[in-house]
Amino acid sequence: MSAITALKQENIFVKLLNVLTMMASRPSGLIGLFLVGFHIVLAVLSPVLVPYDFTAMDSQAILSGPSARHWLGTDNLGRDILTRTMLGGQQALVVTSVATVIAIAWGGMLGVMLGLIGGWLENIVMRLVDAFLAIPWILFLLLIVSVIGLGLGVLIPTLAFFYGIPVVRMSRAATQDVVALDYITAARARGESRTTIVKKELLPNVLDVLLVEAAMRWSWMLLAFSSLSFLGFGVAPPTADWGLMISGARSFMSFAPWAVLAPVVALSSLIIGINLSADALAKALGIDRAQKTPV
Amino acid sequence: MSNDPLIQVKDLSVGFTNRAGDTLSILRNIDLSLHTGDTIGLVGESGCGKSTLALAMMGYLKTGLRVLGGESDFKGHNVFDLDDKALETIRGGDLALIPQNAGQSLTPTMRIEQQVNEALLLHTKFSKDQWRGRCIEVLTQVRLPQPDALLERYPHELSGGQQQRVAIAIALAGEPDVLLLDEPTTGLDVTTQAHVLALLCALAEETGTAMVYVSHDLGAIAQVCDSIVVMYAGEIVLSGTARRVLKHPDHPYVRGLLSSIPRLKQAIVPASMPGRPPAPGEVGNGCGFVDRCPLAEQRCHDERPVLEAGIAGERVRCHFHQRLEHLPPPELPNRPERTNLDEADIILRLEDVAISYYTPGFFEKILGHESRVPPTVDKVDVTICKGETIGLVGESGSGKSTILRAIAGLQPPLKGSIEFETTTNLNTFVDDRAKDTLRRIQLIFQNPDSSLNPRQTVGEILAQPLKLYFGLQGEELRERIEALLISVRLHVDYIGRLPSQLSGGEKQRVAVARAFAAEPDLVLCDEVTSALDVSVQAAVIELLTELQSDRATTYIFVSHDLSVVRAVADRVAVLYQGRLCEIGSSEKVYDLPSHPYTEALLGAVLEPDPDTEPRLMAEDIVELSPPTSGCPFQRRCPRRIGEICDRETPPWQGADQSHAIACHIPLDELLAMQKQPRIMPVALVN
Amino acid sequence: MIKLFLQRLVLGLLTLVFVSGIVFVTVEALPGDACTAYLGRMATGTRLENCRRDFGVDRPALTRYAEWTLGALQGDLGMSLKRNKPISDIIGTRLRNTLVLGLSATLIGVPIAIFLGIIAGLWRDRPPDMWISTIAIFAMTIPEFVSSTLLILVFSAWLGWLPGIVTTPPNAPLVEFLSDIILPIIALALVMTAHILRMVRTSVIDVMASDYVQMARLKGVPYWRMIFRHVLPNALLPTINLVALTIAWLLGGVVVIEVVFNYPGLGRLTIDAISDRDLALVQAIALVLAAVYIGLNLFADLLTLVANPRLRTMRN
Repeated sequence: MSAITALKQENIFVKLLNVLTMMASRPSGLIGLFLVGFHIVLAVLSPVLVPYDFTAMDSQAILSGPSARHWLGTDNLGRDILTRTMLGGQQALVVTSVATVIAIAWGGMLGVMLGLIGGWLENIVMRLVDAFLAIPWILFLLLIVSVIGLGLGVLIPTLAFFYGIPVVRMSRAATQDVVALDYITAARARGESRTTIVKKELLPNVLDVLLVEAAMRWSWMLLAFSSLSFLGFGVAPPTADWGLMISGARSFMSFAPWAVLAPVVALSSLIIGINLSADALAKALGIDRAQKTPV
Repeated sequence: MSNDPLIQVKDLSVGFTNRAGDTLSILRNIDLSLHTGDTIGLVGESGCGKSTLALAMMGYLKTGLRVLGGESDFKGHNVFDLDDKALETIRGGDLALIPQNAGQSLTPTMRIEQQVNEALLLHTKFSKDQWRGRCIEVLTQVRLPQPDALLERYPHELSGGQQQRVAIAIALAGEPDVLLLDEPTTGLDVTTQAHVLALLCALAEETGTAMVYVSHDLGAIAQVCDSIVVMYAGEIVLSGTARRVLKHPDHPYVRGLLSSIPRLKQAIVPASMPGRPPAPGEVGNGCGFVDRCPLAEQRCHDERPVLEAGIAGERVRCHFHQRLEHLPPPELPNRPERTNLDEADIILRLEDVAISYYTPGFFEKILGHESRVPPTVDKVDVTICKGETIGLVGESGSGKSTILRAIAGLQPPLKGSIEFETTTNLNTFVDDRAKDTLRRIQLIFQNPDSSLNPRQTVGEILAQPLKLYFGLQGEELRERIEALLISVRLHVDYIGRLPSQLSGGEKQRVAVARAFAAEPDLVLCDEVTSALDVSVQAAVIELLTELQSDRATTYIFVSHDLSVVRAVADRVAVLYQGRLCEIGSSEKVYDLPSHPYTEALLGAVLEPDPDTEPRLMAEDIVELSPPTSGCPFQRRCPRRIGEICDRETPPWQGADQSHAIACHIPLDELLAMQKQPRIMPVALVN
Repeated sequence: MIKLFLQRLVLGLLTLVFVSGIVFVTVEALPGDACTAYLGRMATGTRLENCRRDFGVDRPALTRYAEWTLGALQGDLGMSLKRNKPISDIIGTRLRNTLVLGLSATLIGVPIAIFLGIIAGLWRDRPPDMWISTIAIFAMTIPEFVSSTLLILVFSAWLGWLPGIVTTPPNAPLVEFLSDIILPIIALALVMTAHILRMVRTSVIDVMASDYVQMARLKGVPYWRMIFRHVLPNALLPTINLVALTIAWLLGGVVVIEVVFNYPGLGRLTIDAISDRDLALVQAIALVLAAVYIGLNLFADLLTLVANPRLRTMRN
């Protein structure tokens, strides 16, 4: 078997490391990777790091400003804002990253299939995709969440479904671009089986596009998730969640701005981090991302 | 006019700084001068710096490049010292550029009139109401028909040849003293190219404008230029009169270059040069050509030669150019004459084949309408013997690649039959063919950049056919791959490299190796040398010839380059608009082209020889689809005899496939016509 | 060219039909129907049956779908059970308010975006571009509710210049919205500008690298003449469609912005309708918004067809 492996290029970890190094070679990419990494580490470690329980109310300090006891102050129920901000990204990160993976998986597969098959089936599905995209995303999410109810069991599949739709379009276009190239024609003329062509020739070349797409979808999904929470259709109180925290603290923001600012900074830094990373990833893989519309 | 040079390049070096901080040069110590009435050809292979030099004469350097030393003067002023305003006056006004790809160099959102007007506004004193008249004048000058209608058009509505003429017209509108032509005919069809070149020659004579003609094509340069400057690795290696450079090249590189060009008149396998040109920064202290030079000695490694005067007033950069005289001329082997071909041993037979890309719409299917679009390829009859090479030639859109796609099973024919070894029907799609049939027919593509998967190593690429057809694995697979690499003269270390780490010629070798991995009987070569430089092209031709004589493989060799086909093919089939015009042995077709189209096509080929001149027969109009009835060449034929050409499909003359033409005019009459002097100078009328 | 446009028109209408289908099927597929939603906890036994019979909910889905779409074609979007009013009456002024918001944001955002995008593209990787692009990343990525909240915090809570919450009733004349609408417009225009300027920037950079722009310089065309004659027409053409897509996509963000500012538009109505489980109203809003989206794209297609010589001169 060693003979075969020698034919292959360097293994996947080396490749990953290469891409990461390339991403980090620009300051914006470095900042992006740092922000994303920081938030992931925080989400994992914060349950042991936080100074208080996220539901613990301090009746001595209600809407109190930053102090030695509460570094970032407290909210209207006297809960520690630092604690809640540190924990507030957990749900969002888990839900959106799982949903992103599912969305890219199904959207990518369907797109590749359509790009390969073509014909009337492709036409019909693409019409459907267009139709779905014509309905504002938030309306759809709201409708489903409001009728079926809250909870991760609903949110993950809903987000994954809805955000997979633009991925279908993307991966179909990417597939069609690759299929037009001579090395696919060569494989077909050689008589390779369809699975081999897809697995060996097509996917490695479409994967780049999907990877960038995944990073982008992730940031849109975070945006949608926190918007839903903010509107009261996401996770339920008293869970610590940025969107929920912002909406709760809004009424007091004229005299307790810290309660709003802490989750705002946390949420924004994560989304900006993902976006900067996505840009850097696209540049590292040689894909221009700014050319793309959000849909 | 004074005798001062218009352009004087003095010791100019141009380069860039790479990421590692090293300064690499693209142009090194260039000296050149151009006087009124001069026509200089700048020639060299890709990457030699010829375009950079031409643009530098206009004071323009691509982003990242900078002048490392020396200067380029225009009428006594260094263009690199001029401010923007002065440059704007010179560019397009005194010094006009005619770009390589006119289609992409014309602004798509502006009408032709607006673009010509711009030149008039910026560089002439004509008043606004004279513009229109002047526009029509310059368009007429470049022999464009119906200039007033053309002015209203947008660039995308014109054909490639027309776009090129418009670009020339825009350059002429500024009334320049010097025209810089950057590969102005590359990418055009043979006949169109010949017409554009004829036009340029005529313009040079009419207006006395000095020209700098940049090209990789010595044939084109030989037509237009009085003197030739050859560049290699950013240096001038030889300059002199066209005749001297082409007939008695005093530099080993130029000598090698000339013998790597396939000739129309001789069936020889061109000689390839070993190695490849150095990349910027790879040149050491010595001569840039040292690694590939047959004369190289230690001195060539240590000391950079200077441009010195040669025997006949030329300038040459070589320590030992005097010794060239004594060097035996490179051996140009004749194309191996295949005497053992058995006419009865047929490998492939195409009978009355028609291929169409047109798919009838939904309603047409229901209503059962006959398609009104004539098929892309029609009435093609060809028989191919085992072990021979047949060339398919024709201009773009002649359907030659389409025929290969049909044989490969990618685009099954509409009607007719394709038979493999008289036993296997090939009218089928690839999916329906037996694995062994697939193995025995292999395809090599034009551009290795797109035919090799950028994500696979050379080893993985070559492993695919071996696994698919022979089920090889492990050590056996590796050994076979290594043997294949050696057979295409690549080092076995290449097994782990990605295509992006190889040069163009090396990539094409990998593509050849992939085809031969299947141990095929029939190899379909689709413009396999078109994307390569001449010296690399020669090497690939050599390789293909060698592989064929080892294995008795049959080739179908598609190319638009008639000289290349002459070097490889035993027989040639000439196609126009997807229909066969002439078929026969190479000798007969090339020495006695009988069909008017073949005659026109061969007449338009440019040879790197100052003594030959292309003959322009047919008008260079572009036909988008074949006529529905009659002869496919009816609209452009210089020997048209009348309505019969439009109405009736021309009959085949000449019984067998050793030589036959499809024409209404009897064969001997055609040959007699060719002997007469041409009456009608069709050349410059459009 | 006309044929091309008609083709797009038919495709757009087809998409709209698909949208109506999707919306209808989704609502059908969800547990419960208009009557269970309307009656809430009292949705049992005869009361439910009576309701279903009265409002025709028990008839086959296909019949109801046909009725609904045919009605919609004539401008009749059905009745809202919860609000006991024809839906078209409810939507009318709300749609007006949302369109005013969206249109003003577009009119302000798009010119600014194009201007900044061109500047960033021409000064690529130099300070003007770095500033513009960095700010654009912020404006583009920060969720609408965050930027809206910050705007309120600064301009309303701290500076007290503008009202933070709209208190004007939905059907008030437009003049009365004047001071209320400024912050929502800024919030919406911010995202829009950021998205569009990034596209314009890329497009300008692409065109600047093209052969014909290099050729224009070599023909001695002065810099600004080159920018206006050769670069901009070609750079802006492909962005028309992208701009339309982006604007349409941002309709989703309008919902959030309207809620934050309590702006009486279609977005807030959506949230109210969903909270009330007024499914008929939700269906209707989805259809109307999709129609706006498709209309916008059609408009962009038409504009491109007229402006692009390649398409305009296309025969047949």
